[in-house]
Amino acid sequence: MVLWLLTGLPLAAGAALLLVRRATHRVAPVIGIATAVLAVTLAVLAAVGRPAVSAPLIEGLPVGLAVDGLSAVMVVTISTVLLAVLVYAAGEFGRDEAHSRFYGLMLLFAGAMLITVTATNLVTLLMAWEVMGAMSYALIAFWWRETDRATSGMIAFLTTRGGDVGLYLAAGAALAGGALGLDLAGLAGVPGVWRDAVVAGVVLAALGKSAQLPFSFWLSRAMAGPSPVSALLHSATMVAAGAYLLLRLQPLLAATPWAGPLVAWVGVLTALALAAVAVAQSDLKQVLAASTCSQIGFMVLAAGTGAVTAGAGQLVAHAATKSLLFLGAGAWLTVLGTKQLGELRGAARRYPLLGITFTIGALSLAGVPPLSIWLTKDAVLSAALHTSPALYVMGLAAVVLSGAYVGRALGFVWARTPDRAENRASVLSQVPLPFLAAASALLGVVIAPQLSLSWWELGLSGLLAVTGVLVALRMRAGTRGLLGNWLGIESMTRSVIVGPTLSLATALARFDDKVVDGGVRAAAATGAAVARLTNARLEISLDAVVGWVARGSRALGRWARRPQTGQLHQYYAQAVVGLVVLAVLLMIVR
Amino acid sequence: MLSAVVFLPVAVAVVLLAVPRTSDRLVRWLWIAATAIDLALVVGLWIGYSPGPGGFAYEVNVKWIPSISSGYHLGVDGLSLPLVALTAVLFLACAVYSFRDSDRLRSYAALFLFLQTVCLGLFVALDLILFFVFFDLSIVGMYFVIAGWGHRNAAKAALKFFLYTFLGSLALLLGFIGLYLAATPHTFDIVELARQAPLTGTGFAGAAVLIALGIGFAIKTPTVPFHTWLPPAHTEAPAAGSAILAGVLLKMGTYGFVRIMMPVLPDTWRRYAIVFVFVGVVSVIYGALVSLAQRDFKRMIAYTSVNHMGYILLAVGAAGIVASSTAQAREIAVTGAVTQMVSHGLITGALFLLSGVLYQRGQTYEMDSYGGLAGTAPRFAGLTALAAFASLGLPGFSGFIAEFQIFTGSLGSAPVSTVVAFLGILVTAALFLRAFQKIFLGPYRAPTDRVGDITVVEGVAIVPLIAAAVVIGIFPRFLLEVIEPASRIVVTLVGR
Repeated sequence: MVLWLLTGLPLAAGAALLLVRRATHRVAPVIGIATAVLAVTLAVLAAVGRPAVSAPLIEGLPVGLAVDGLSAVMVVTISTVLLAVLVYAAGEFGRDEAHSRFYGLMLLFAGAMLITVTATNLVTLLMAWEVMGAMSYALIAFWWRETDRATSGMIAFLTTRGGDVGLYLAAGAALAGGALGLDLAGLAGVPGVWRDAVVAGVVLAALGKSAQLPFSFWLSRAMAGPSPVSALLHSATMVAAGAYLLLRLQPLLAATPWAGPLVAWVGVLTALALAAVAVAQSDLKQVLAASTCSQIGFMVLAAGTGAVTAGAGQLVAHAATKSLLFLGAGAWLTVLGTKQLGELRGAARRYPLLGITFTIGALSLAGVPPLSIWLTKDAVLSAALHTSPALYVMGLAAVVLSGAYVGRALGFVWARTPDRAENRASVLSQVPLPFLAAASALLGVVIAPQLSLSWWELGLSGLLAVTGVLVALRMRAGTRGLLGNWLGIESMTRSVIVGPTLSLATALARFDDKVVDGGVRAAAATGAAVARLTNARLEISLDAVVGWVARGSRALGRWARRPQTGQLHQYYAQAVVGLVVLAVLLMIVR
Repeated sequence: MLSAVVFLPVAVAVVLLAVPRTSDRLVRWLWIAATAIDLALVVGLWIGYSPGPGGFAYEVNVKWIPSISSGYHLGVDGLSLPLVALTAVLFLACAVYSFRDSDRLRSYAALFLFLQTVCLGLFVALDLILFFVFFDLSIVGMYFVIAGWGHRNAAKAALKFFLYTFLGSLALLLGFIGLYLAATPHTFDIVELARQAPLTGTGFAGAAVLIALGIGFAIKTPTVPFHTWLPPAHTEAPAAGSAILAGVLLKMGTYGFVRIMMPVLPDTWRRYAIVFVFVGVVSVIYGALVSLAQRDFKRMIAYTSVNHMGYILLAVGAAGIVASSTAQAREIAVTGAVTQMVSHGLITGALFLLSGVLYQRGQTYEMDSYGGLAGTAPRFAGLTALAAFASLGLPGFSGFIAEFQIFTGSLGSAPVSTVVAFLGILVTAALFLRAFQKIFLGPYRAPTDRVGDITVVEGVAIVPLIAAAVVIGIFPRFLLEVIEPASRIVVTLVGR
């Protein structure tokens, strides 16, 4: 029951807000926050009680939800971040914004994520997974009057759905391979080539959702949504779902020889490349977005090297940190009207609370000791070292770059500038920040006993992170080039996939019109032509015969009419003639 | 009982035409009352549904044309009951939707009531001649709807529709006669034919009958390359006519595959199953891509029907590939196919009615003429968004339940084709989002001054269709419990 409530309540409340939008305009924030509070409570209860429920859906494929260790961590994280983000939004969102739509979509989004992390089989997971994608579309395109934002939503949805196709493949392959209930736990036992198909599908879906290479570009586009959306989408939902799925299905990855290394390498490459992208951005939210890809890369690396606990720790620490950072950046955007790094000079000095909490989060993100991500990330790297030193070295390089993008951003916001006239930041929107900052700083210490860490590795990565931060403090210029443009994958996708597809579609439409339908029209025209021909030749000759017969009969008729004069004496005369003729005939015949 | 459900609408139609000088008001309410009562009767059928040993409920079997042993044989099972219910729902929605119409309303209502009887009759017919009569009458009825109440080029489109699908029905008749002659004793009874499977092991004759029936149903469905009658018919038909054409009439083709071809020609079906898989996949991809290139909203939806019907062919074809799949997978595929028929009826019905709303506001279906309508017509935008996401197979809507079953059930037997068909859901997602964005998002643009929101009448007609799609999407058991036993029977029959 707890579990049905936990997942059903946000969905029901969200749907209700969307259905009666006008009536709930004023109370939407209250309903949203109340639902989030309930969700946190229920999540804690679920984490303690570890319930499992199921209900029939398709024959042999029920909807199944359950909370185990990993899910317990996830549901608490998701609902807490949801609460923080909604409280922030209540302070920040203008009065004439579409409140009901915003809170409704956010609740549906979080509800879908809650189902995703508690699903026990592929069909349940897939349902929630795709609904989450659709909600991300609606949230990114929230300000729909601007075509560009709507397009961003579309790109995000289509890219992630391109990955989602993998889950359909995985489900079909699992069924074909005999995993009848599609239970996540049983997937590793699917035999032979079907298992490879299942793994391939799962990996594709996870990489797409988590914006790993080569799908990263959609996350840059996702910035078009409101800041609270980014805060939720980048931390505990959506991108986290892919990492969660890989961590959840780590035994499946380990069951094939190729999946673990593939996932590990994609993860570490993303961590490195997108950290470099983050260094090159000139927009604070884009820095954070690229850093999300990079940090999620560490979780993916953890799944690939079998370090599930470390990956989950990284996920939680990153969720707290990244939601904090996006809310801080969003608050600055609201009061200063800009998210360009160059125009945010001195922002931290003018808004000390925002500045301090942002800095704590940023340093944790960089992996500076003793903050959370320093510990969790190092646990991931430690596992990577056991698998392959090359992975470890790449990971360390990513650590340096993480320090660099954080240092650069901090350099801007703490720069000394003459004070300017300022707007006040809303109190309500600042309430969640200290809590998130505390979580971002201290969670690591709580998690650390669960992790396997070694002191020299910790020292090394901490040193590298601090070096990165210090070196980059004075770095200013953003670059345009390939790095500034998120490696140019979006334009490449446009020219390699989207463009040709559209041309193919146009060509096929023309083909359909000219050739397929043309064939039908030609057949019809041939029929008509044959008919005309028949009409012209055969019909006319036939008609002529008919006309001739008609004329003949008419003539006969005329002949026959002639004796009919109506005069008695002529009839007598005719009768006499007739009788005479008859008599003559008789005589001749005899 | 079944006969009452079938013939109630046409009886009301006769009354409508017989009584002179009825007011439009009376006609409207009579029409709605007739369809509503019919729906209530169908709900009654559903509640009391308990199939007998042969799998059928409410069976009626009386002699009709004994000289050719064709009987008046009706009955419903898990394949037909959902379609009967769909028919009743859609005709009620169309009656409500036409509440504000006044153009020759009496004949319009009578024609729709006549069509309703024809459609219901087809789905419950268990005799090939009866089936054929209803099949042909549906073409006649729809011809008059398009030609009489359509847009500018309606006459031409209606003629094309009529001739093309009529040609299909002739192929069908040939196939039926082939089955009749092959059976001993000769019969047109579908149940008896399924029991005999008369053409088993007769290479050429079986193939010939399969081709005749296949072409007949493929034209009606329609699948590539027999689909080109569909777009003009839809673009020219009135909205309610399009909803019925796409929602109910297309199902006659796909229903024919599961009702007649698979059980009656099991061995031939198995041999040529891969052909149907192939035609299905081509329809999925081709339909989606051509749809992506359309600028006309209604034409675009018409092509998505080709795409959605392709999934059904993929599933029924995959269910015929017995060697490489489990019976459970094949059952899931057939259940998915039947679910898809219901789901497509509801969702595409709603989409066509919504396109009618668009046309009524702006007098054009050109998507480029519109923009940003979400501002002045938020409910219209919301409903269209729901219908669009439902149509692109989002979980939570019936389309997902259908397509998920089709995919998972087909992958084992036809892996390559199914993987290719996955791309279909990606392209449909792209085309619906693009269309939605063009019409409803961005800066405001409209051919007329101000585009008003959905009216109450339109809402009452359209909302239940989408609501039904959501209910099936979230709580599908009530539907699947009816379909699953029937698909098990079909799979067993095909597997003989």
